[in-house]
Amino acid sequence: MLDPVILLPAAINGLTMGAVYALVALGLTLIYGVLHIINFAHGSLLMVGLYGAFFLYQAGGIDPYLSLVLLVPALFGLGYILQWGVIGRASHGSDQNVLLVTLGVSIVIENLALYFFTGDTRTIEAPYAFEMVDIAVARVPLPRLVAFGAALAIAALLWLLMAKTDLGRAIRAVAKERQGARLVGIDVDHIFAMSFGIGTACVGAAAALLLPMFYVSPHVGHVFVLVAFTVVVLGGMGSFIGALLGGLIIGVTESLGGLIFGETFGQLAIFLIFIAILLFRPTGFFGGRPS
Amino acid sequence: MTMRQGLAGGLVLVLALMAPLAIQSDFWLGFLITILLFAAMGMAWNILGGYAGQFSFGHAAFFGTGAYATSVLHIALGLNPWLGLLVAAAAGGTMGLLIGYLSFRYGLRGSYFALITLAFAEVLRILANTAGFTGGGVGLYLPLNIGVANMQFAGKAGYYYVALGLALASILIAWRLERSRLGAWLAAIRENEDAARALGVDTFACKLAAIGISGAMTGVGGWFYAHYYLYIDPEIAYGPGVSVEILLVAIVGGLGTVLGPLLGSVALHAAGELAQRLMGDTPGLNLIFYGVLLVVMVRLMPDGLAGLVRRWMRPAGGTQRA
Repeated sequence: MLDPVILLPAAINGLTMGAVYALVALGLTLIYGVLHIINFAHGSLLMVGLYGAFFLYQAGGIDPYLSLVLLVPALFGLGYILQWGVIGRASHGSDQNVLLVTLGVSIVIENLALYFFTGDTRTIEAPYAFEMVDIAVARVPLPRLVAFGAALAIAALLWLLMAKTDLGRAIRAVAKERQGARLVGIDVDHIFAMSFGIGTACVGAAAALLLPMFYVSPHVGHVFVLVAFTVVVLGGMGSFIGALLGGLIIGVTESLGGLIFGETFGQLAIFLIFIAILLFRPTGFFGGRPS
Repeated sequence: MTMRQGLAGGLVLVLALMAPLAIQSDFWLGFLITILLFAAMGMAWNILGGYAGQFSFGHAAFFGTGAYATSVLHIALGLNPWLGLLVAAAAGGTMGLLIGYLSFRYGLRGSYFALITLAFAEVLRILANTAGFTGGGVGLYLPLNIGVANMQFAGKAGYYYVALGLALASILIAWRLERSRLGAWLAAIRENEDAARALGVDTFACKLAAIGISGAMTGVGGWFYAHYYLYIDPEIAYGPGVSVEILLVAIVGGLGTVLGPLLGSVALHAAGELAQRLMGDTPGLNLIFYGVLLVVMVRLMPDGLAGLVRRWMRPAGGTQRA
């Protein structure tokens, strides 16, 4: 049963799914790294992105990969407004309040979706959805391969943004020392909102890449949010490389665990890893000390 | 307790005891039962979250464990539901100690603690979905067998009195706790854990006690739910819905106050019911209100409804905590 002919495709499929997890987790880890908050609404924002891509395809005939160009700025704007207008104001600077406020936001978003779009599970039928590509002995669906490549490219772009631009420098300054950053003239509230917006934009990109191979429903965010937390904790809160590596590891673990021990075990394995990491090494691979 | 507060409390109690005589409608009695059940569980959350300052996002772990413990034993071995109360409390409490031991032993605080409780609830949900003795995803039906000895009542009034008993017991526990040494230690941990430890408070033991009591009380909530609806499944028992509703009740009502969760439960369920009356019975509508309420409360009234009532009762402007 554990023939390489079965194992290798499963591992490659896991890697491609892991790249999407990584993309979702990159946004989460950026928000954590800068604002030091855990964004519970992250999964619901992914759901918003998925519905966006779905309706753009259904009503406007826009290919999901093309809708990337619209979804990334749209979700960036949504994230910016959310942090600037709601989360930043309501939380009074306390971590636990942020947790509660983002939880409240996610409840509202999810149930608005349930109210307007009903609980139906929707999928699109893209013409290339079942096209296969041969890699070594494995046949991999084309959308998964695209998602894998795009996720890596976006991670690279994000790294460039953080390392090379003035905005990136300002974000890193605020992440390290917000009082000092304020003193040298950085608008900290603006940088907070920018970081949250960029984090949300990652989710917009993930949504566009995910739609050709996944489904949409109001609760689809749940599938990803705990996985994304696991990835972030595994890689180390606030670490980009960690999120990327963590995403790939989790993707492969889920896929191989599911293949060998049954599908339930794949999900269970993620949560058990999560609990084990939190207990024994809460700093993950690349993280600093937990607050 | 002042004379005025005592009188007011007595009056509310008498009204609560007589409510089933005046309210004949099953619907409204059911509404009150939900309020009382969630008040009791909100109180349980409040002991850990409000007094000890440890926010749990996974109280479903205790609720579900209590519900499954009593249901499985009732179906398999014919355990009497009234004895099931003790079993559920023990099961919920044990789960609390287990999760608490692991989390606090490794020093998880704040957001990390919230995340790990959520993860534990999810693990239990997946396990309940797969295991054979829990009935898997289909859930468990408890056999219908009406009789007071079997805790099955012909009308809702019987259930109402049981739920009222749970709410009163939880208020009593919180009230006793607030005045006990443990209560003072927990408040010290909430305000500054390192300082509390430096002053010689055994913070690990105190937090463990808080999560044990909280887990046991929430397990009893699960016990009531199972015998009231005669049905549970993994989503009801361990899903995030219960965890969130319990947390909301405590936050909206007011953290670390004796009567907060009761006020919170009344306000939350009244708002949810009103929303459905006004805008139709669409799934998710009451939850939209819950979410907005959560954000608004954290923004405008961080000390909850109980804080509002306290300010209103004492217009002279004393600001210390009651």
